[in-house]
Amino acid sequence: MSTGKTDYKWVGTRTIRPDGHDKVTGRAKFGSDFSLSGMIHGRVLRSPHAHALIKSIDTSAAEALAGVKAVITSKDFKDQPSELIPAGEAMVNYKDMTRNVMAREKVLYDGHAVAAVAATTVEIAEAALELIKVNYQVLPHVIDVDEAMADNAPILHDDLVPVGMDAKGPTNIAKRVEFTLGDAAKGFEQADVIIERSYSTAAVHQGYIEPHAVVASVAEDGQAQIWCCTQGQFMVRTFVGQLLGMATSSIRVTPSEIGGGFGGKTVVYLEPLATLLSSKVGKPVKMIMSREEVFRASGPTSASTMTYKIGATKAGKITAVDATLKLLAGAFPGSPVQPAAMCAVAPYDVENVHIVGYDVVANRPKVAAYRAPGAPISAFGAESIIDELAKELGLDPLKMRQLNAAKTGTKAAYGPTFRNIGYQETLDAAVAHDHYKAPLGPNQGRGVASGFWFNIGGESSATVNINEDGTAVVISGNPDIGGSRASLAMMAAEELGIDYHDVRPIIGDTASIGYNFLTGGSRVTFATGLAVVEAARDAVRQLCERAAKIWEVDAEGVIWDDGHAKPASTNVGEFDPLSLAQLAAQAAKTGGPISGHNAQNVQGAGPGFATHICDVEVDPETGHVTVLRYTSIQDVGRAIHPSYVEGQIQGGAAQGIGWALNEEYIYNAQGKLDNPGFLDYRIPVASDLPMIEAVMIEVPNDRHPYGVRGVGEVPLVPPMAAVANAIESATGVRMENLPMSPPRVLAAIDAAQLRQAAE
Amino acid sequence: MQSVQFEAPGTVDEAVALLAGATGDTRILAGGTDLLVQLRAHMINPGLIIDIKKIDETRSLTKNADGSYTIGAAYAGAEATERDDITKDWPGVVEGWDLIGSTQIQGRASLGGNLCNASPAADSVPAMIVAGMTANIAGPKGRRTIPVQDVPVSPGKTSLGKGEFIVSFNLPGRPKGGGDAYLRLIPRTEMDIAVVGCGVALVLDDSGTVTSAKVSLGAVSAKVLVVDAAAKAIIGTKLDDDALAKLDAACQAAAKPINDKRGTIEYRTKIAGVLARRAVKIAAERAGS
Ligand SMILES: Cc1cc2nc3c(=O)[nH]c(=O)nc-3n(C[C@H](O)[C@H](O)[C@H](O)COP(=O)(O)OP(=O)(O)OC[C@H]3O[C@@H](n4cnc5c(N)ncnc54)[C@H](O)[C@@H]3O)c2cc1C
Repeated sequence: MSTGKTDYKWVGTRTIRPDGHDKVTGRAKFGSDFSLSGMIHGRVLRSPHAHALIKSIDTSAAEALAGVKAVITSKDFKDQPSELIPAGEAMVNYKDMTRNVMAREKVLYDGHAVAAVAATTVEIAEAALELIKVNYQVLPHVIDVDEAMADNAPILHDDLVPVGMDAKGPTNIAKRVEFTLGDAAKGFEQADVIIERSYSTAAVHQGYIEPHAVVASVAEDGQAQIWCCTQGQFMVRTFVGQLLGMATSSIRVTPSEIGGGFGGKTVVYLEPLATLLSSKVGKPVKMIMSREEVFRASGPTSASTMTYKIGATKAGKITAVDATLKLLAGAFPGSPVQPAAMCAVAPYDVENVHIVGYDVVANRPKVAAYRAPGAPISAFGAESIIDELAKELGLDPLKMRQLNAAKTGTKAAYGPTFRNIGYQETLDAAVAHDHYKAPLGPNQGRGVASGFWFNIGGESSATVNINEDGTAVVISGNPDIGGSRASLAMMAAEELGIDYHDVRPIIGDTASIGYNFLTGGSRVTFATGLAVVEAARDAVRQLCERAAKIWEVDAEGVIWDDGHAKPASTNVGEFDPLSLAQLAAQAAKTGGPISGHNAQNVQGAGPGFATHICDVEVDPETGHVTVLRYTSIQDVGRAIHPSYVEGQIQGGAAQGIGWALNEEYIYNAQGKLDNPGFLDYRIPVASDLPMIEAVMIEVPNDRHPYGVRGVGEVPLVPPMAAVANAIESATGVRMENLPMSPPRVLAAIDAAQLRQAAE
Repeated sequence: MQSVQFEAPGTVDEAVALLAGATGDTRILAGGTDLLVQLRAHMINPGLIIDIKKIDETRSLTKNADGSYTIGAAYAGAEATERDDITKDWPGVVEGWDLIGSTQIQGRASLGGNLCNASPAADSVPAMIVAGMTANIAGPKGRRTIPVQDVPVSPGKTSLGKGEFIVSFNLPGRPKGGGDAYLRLIPRTEMDIAVVGCGVALVLDDSGTVTSAKVSLGAVSAKVLVVDAAAKAIIGTKLDDDALAKLDAACQAAAKPINDKRGTIEYRTKIAGVLARRAVKIAAERAGS
């Protein structure tokens, strides 16, 4: 499948992205920039309680307010059956989904939608919300994962039947997963050193800068158009169709430019509400979440508690790992506990592994995907305990990892045997990097950590249209979050042999291109890229046929080389090469428009591995941690556009440092979110971060023509442990709970000093 | 939401007349970095907003013949940072003022706004208080001058009467051997609210002995605290370890913080002592230079 050549003209260069100018000048249209004439505005009434029965909802006063056009509650949605339906990477249950977009019997978290209003102005819609009378019966609530699993915990869903285990009575445990390789008990017998530790991570939000926004317009004939910021226009079409009972053919979804998603826009919140409101009123309805709503009601990732037990020989060979992971799903089942368990020790060749995971519901917003869902959580525990093990054995932490690293041919605990992978290469590069040898000052420390993520392929469709003047349009169907349009255009230019600037990549709406699974799983440059390459090759095949026709030779006698049709050999005949532009100009005479297509369910995603090095300085009197230097080393397969790969790597480190140091959901005693804004939900600001150095290792994926692997998720897997390990190196204090905020670090330092004094 | 009337008078008298004549909620607009946020969050719903930035007196910073300064209430921190005189004489006042927010906020944020927003965590206030600053207030009954610490009364409330606003501040000349400093602790590096803030102004004699001092703490009480016991702990000393330990203890004893999402009582109390020690050292270094 490989092109066999590596002397590319465009692949590997740093072209200007096609969406760059519009984004810099402000012309680009994001979700809330879209407007239609006659449009009215929708707002959502949200629960002030963490857990309550909805006894009744009286909307009459709101409906009577001048300017109010429609009010909807869960009564306006038909109920859905409880069954798990595969939806790409995740399973969805429409019974839960309809209850998440609009609370039905109960409200299950602070911020849960209870009703929505459409009115002529936002102000009137907001005034109407205050006129809706909801009679709640407040119930006891539960926020914490271990408390939610306790025997006497308040129960969210009386009818919840756990998967993978028996339950004695009502429970908040939705699922138990278990992965076993070898025999962990035996492995521990072989160990010279065994360590056992507990860890916890806080719920963190994806923190995309653009809040959810949608405009929906349903016409008199039932045809619906939806413009929204999403990671998947086809996903929105499917979910809205299911929740509202509409045929797929009657819904057309156009994605806007997207101001970040990170997994958080792989679900629907406002889209079904706006569509339903519009169908009732007959006018376009616009809805935008405030930042507060984003925090209270859109998916963060799971909070967790974990225990890890690890054993190794004196020489440093890991003999066994046993872990229990408990991940909060929020109000409805579906935490990423399964991938968390699968990724936990995936970078290592360990013979005996036993991992158990629990998916647990509690009174918080339903989690959504966040870059490498689950893996950063389990890696925090795994990479912390491996670091501690290395210290215990007197081994350099990178050496420890090299001794145990998975290689091509290693059987992973979660099942498969790795094909060509580049984990070891990232470790070797880390050892060789000058960062790893740089001297450290007082109160400074260095930590390393590694990470793994599967990456995915999936359903992908692409069209490459050859224009009359010899330029081309590439149509694909994935919202571009990280520069994918540039990469797709570069691969198409490479295949067609024309200038990158003559290839215009656009993102089609759901009616303009075949089905594409959403932008997620680091799949777009890999999988949609593969479809684009195949579509370009389809166009090239047609171009060769046209040349054959002109030359009156067999099509097999024509080859495509450097943007020209040429005779395959002198046996075919003596013809001057025909350029793509020449062939395009004659297309009408030689058979009509030239258009390449490809649609397939792409397989063969290459897994991604990364190793990070982090230096910190810890203020011993305040517990404040400063990240001094950060290097992310990653096997990227092949960087089609190096700048955008670096961007992914740097962004992951930045988000991971935030997750490590300060980000957390803070709930008050009533179960209300106490920090629903960027003032007290502290993502890093620019001055918090050093320049993050991205080192790209290229071990090409042999199942992609250009060697592409997904690169967007694994950058978020190692940082939390890398920072924790660096803090340990600086202070001697091991932080086992996230976030490692100044008060917590100081408390740990003080406690260690007291212990020392006592000894 | 009612509609808002907006006025931008060019003189103090016009502003006072507008303020005094207004019925309903009326707000002064300086930099707007608190006011606009509160408006958009629907925390306030004023009928009249009076922008004071067209009044020259609020927008100037003058060094007077006696070495003292008159600072317009709406003068921005970023502007002060560009001045050679005040940054040299009162670096602590300027650093408390100009670490507010980020570059964008600093281009607007004023001392008047920071003080009258009356947050116990306001960053410029501890340094203003220890520097001995006073506020010049205009109102229907004319002008009056009061110490800065008498302006805020409780979170969100000031002692200003109806029709009154702050036109400018007086900052004394730098005493011989004087130095000041402001430090705060935030979990990040900017764009945060102080978990604890500490202002120090002191005077050293030629031998390096502290002859006078003032220490204030922000964010550990409903109002910025002036900690006399902390000052006493270092006056007459050369800031030896023992004196600094006493200062630390005095600040910890004075701090009366609350537990909230931004910090615990235990943490804030400890940090009050840490920052006081550090700020005193910086102020002393500046006094010597
Ligand atoms: C992103 C961001 C970051 C911030 N970071 C910090 C920070 O680090 N530290 C900090 O302390 N604050 C911070 N703030 C808050 C704010 O910027 C400061 O309090 C600032 O000093 C307010 O000044 P202003 O001129 O913008 O006031 P305005 O918003 O104009 O006014 C604030 C209040 O004071 C009143 N007022 C203003 N001037 C007068 C006057 N002359 N007489 C009487 N009343 C008056 C107004 O009516 C209003 O109620 C931040 C704000 C934002 C948005």
